[in-house]
Amino acid sequence: MKQKLFHLSKRKELPWYAAWAIRGAAILLALVVCGFVTTAMTGENPIAIYKTMWTGAFGTSRRIWNTLQNLALLLCVSLAVTPAFRMKFWNIGAEGQVLVGGLATAACMILLGDKLPNWILIPVMIVCALLAGAIWGGIPAFFKAKWNTNETLFTLMMNYVATQLVAYFVIVWEVPKGSGKIGIINQSTQSGWLPVIGGQKYMLTVLVVAILTGVLYIYLNWSKQGYEISVVGESVRTARYVGIKVDRVIIRTMLLSGALCGLAGLLLVGGSDHTITTTTAGGRGFTAVMVSWMAKFNPLGMIFTSLLLVFLGRGSGEISSKFQLNDSFGDILTGIILFFIIGCEFFISYKLTLSRGAGKEDKKNV
Amino acid sequence: MFDLVTFIPRAVMQGIPLLFGSTGETLTEKSGNLNLGIPGIMYVGGICGVIGAFLYEQAVPAGEMNGFLAILFPMLGCLAGSALMGLLYCFLTVTLRANQNVTGLAMTTFGVGFGNFFGGSLIKLTGADVPSIALSATSSYFRTTLPFAKTTGAVGQLLFSYGFLAYLAIALALLSSYVLGHTRVGLHLRAVGENPATADAAGINIARYKYAATIIGSMIAGLGGLYYVMDYANGVWSNNGFGDRGWLAIALVIFTIWRPNVGILSSILFGGLYILYLFLPSSNLAMKELYKMLPYVVTIIVLVMTSMRNKREDQPPESLGLSYFREER
Repeated sequence: MKQKLFHLSKRKELPWYAAWAIRGAAILLALVVCGFVTTAMTGENPIAIYKTMWTGAFGTSRRIWNTLQNLALLLCVSLAVTPAFRMKFWNIGAEGQVLVGGLATAACMILLGDKLPNWILIPVMIVCALLAGAIWGGIPAFFKAKWNTNETLFTLMMNYVATQLVAYFVIVWEVPKGSGKIGIINQSTQSGWLPVIGGQKYMLTVLVVAILTGVLYIYLNWSKQGYEISVVGESVRTARYVGIKVDRVIIRTMLLSGALCGLAGLLLVGGSDHTITTTTAGGRGFTAVMVSWMAKFNPLGMIFTSLLLVFLGRGSGEISSKFQLNDSFGDILTGIILFFIIGCEFFISYKLTLSRGAGKEDKKNV
Repeated sequence: MFDLVTFIPRAVMQGIPLLFGSTGETLTEKSGNLNLGIPGIMYVGGICGVIGAFLYEQAVPAGEMNGFLAILFPMLGCLAGSALMGLLYCFLTVTLRANQNVTGLAMTTFGVGFGNFFGGSLIKLTGADVPSIALSATSSYFRTTLPFAKTTGAVGQLLFSYGFLAYLAIALALLSSYVLGHTRVGLHLRAVGENPATADAAGINIARYKYAATIIGSMIAGLGGLYYVMDYANGVWSNNGFGDRGWLAIALVIFTIWRPNVGILSSILFGGLYILYLFLPSSNLAMKELYKMLPYVVTIIVLVMTSMRNKREDQPPESLGLSYFREER
């Protein structure tokens, strides 16, 4: 057999700064590649393009708030999927869980909007949204715990069931009839709209998600339940051996995950959109998987990874409108950056050494 | 009265992209790779075919198009584009051992964006003088049916009224089933997907099998995108027109319990469920949305049933979704 050029071995824990240096280098390299791609498409110089992206995301105070709002929502969904991921339950059904949360919120606003005062209605909305999300996440968890049904595929399918459910209710509740959309709910009475804090429409969302980030960080790292999640994630057998009821942990964690997704739906429908469509979740359920994974399932790290993706999305939106390109351009850039980040993890967990010759030092080629 | 003679051909035409996608994904999953990038790959396959056809149509005056080349260029574009996507997926998950779910989702983001971007900007980028991408000339070659399709009545319409890619889809599904079930290569491939450590010990080159299965699978799935644009959509690219069919193809893999030959009839069933609402007399628009839920609900039921019955031959490949690193056994 031919001798391989490189020898691979698993690294011992890298110091955190080295790991982040590798990730930083990967992002930088990805930005350079993205710059080249954009230049090829637009003929502008890459520096000007990144300037455009920056103004697109942070140019005016309205844009900053928009970016913050998007950041908060993406972060909320990412936080929601994290407990499940920590126990290696691959929930890619966040999209659907957010949607049913939003649907429950919209249902309360439409059906109870003129019957209940706001101070009762809003708690009812919160309960319904969390419950709807929890049920949507709990169903696959139940089958996973009882019969080991593949959760990735199950949660994936639940997304589309949720989408069609929303499509059904959109037509049931459409205003005006035949328009195929609901429009702004309770436009005149504003009943069921979440309160505006400090004159900023998006302040509430940002605050709620900020608190949630802290709480979840503590829950995952310092609570007994968080510890049980980590043990189940590391090894189901060990968990059983030390007396953790694995199926209960799975169901409990997914109920939590689903409920938090429902919260994101509540914030979307009750807090900012005041309407619901089949695209209300806007792909955040899928993006959240990547955000959470890139941050190594660490809630604080997710602030940065979601900021990166939101910045790319909003920035490339600006590029596409300025250069009259199609607005899917952002997805291409996001994809390229993700590939680099995904690829660089390898160089964090493994060591490459040249098999023969004097080259004993680490090779770091991304 | 339910008009089966018009319903079935339309169900078949809906089913063929799903069949391509699910055959490709089945091969991939048999090697232990859960490629959630398939929806993106099908977009890339479609748009690369469109780019090939577009460049050819622009280069040659309409009257002088050569039928063979008009089919060859889109096919090559499609296969090359989707093979590259498969290669990228393998490089990240097999060589760099990245998480398969994350890689797949990133590929879908990228692929759908790639398709929509070039679909929307191709005309501007090439500076062509046409209002929209409508490749009707190329499409007509793809849609050419057997000569006796029109003369044999209902039989002709049910069996012979499709373009050649539809028959290719069926042939590929049968071939894949045969290879998986009756050849040594198939046996090795399944071993890799079930238990790579054992396969490795038996002297099977894990990385090579994973690469080959995933890239071939991606190319097959990419053809589904090509079929959709060139045959089903008459050569007109519309952004997001392909919709969520890629995910439906992944659903179909589960529905067929990882058997491509079962996929032939199942894909037609799925296609039928997908468009059933158009043929039902109900005037209630809302109910139609619920009918569209059927393929997914049916898939969930199959998924749950197979896990409850727990028959060994009906399970997903054992190491599905896991990267393999020899030193980690």
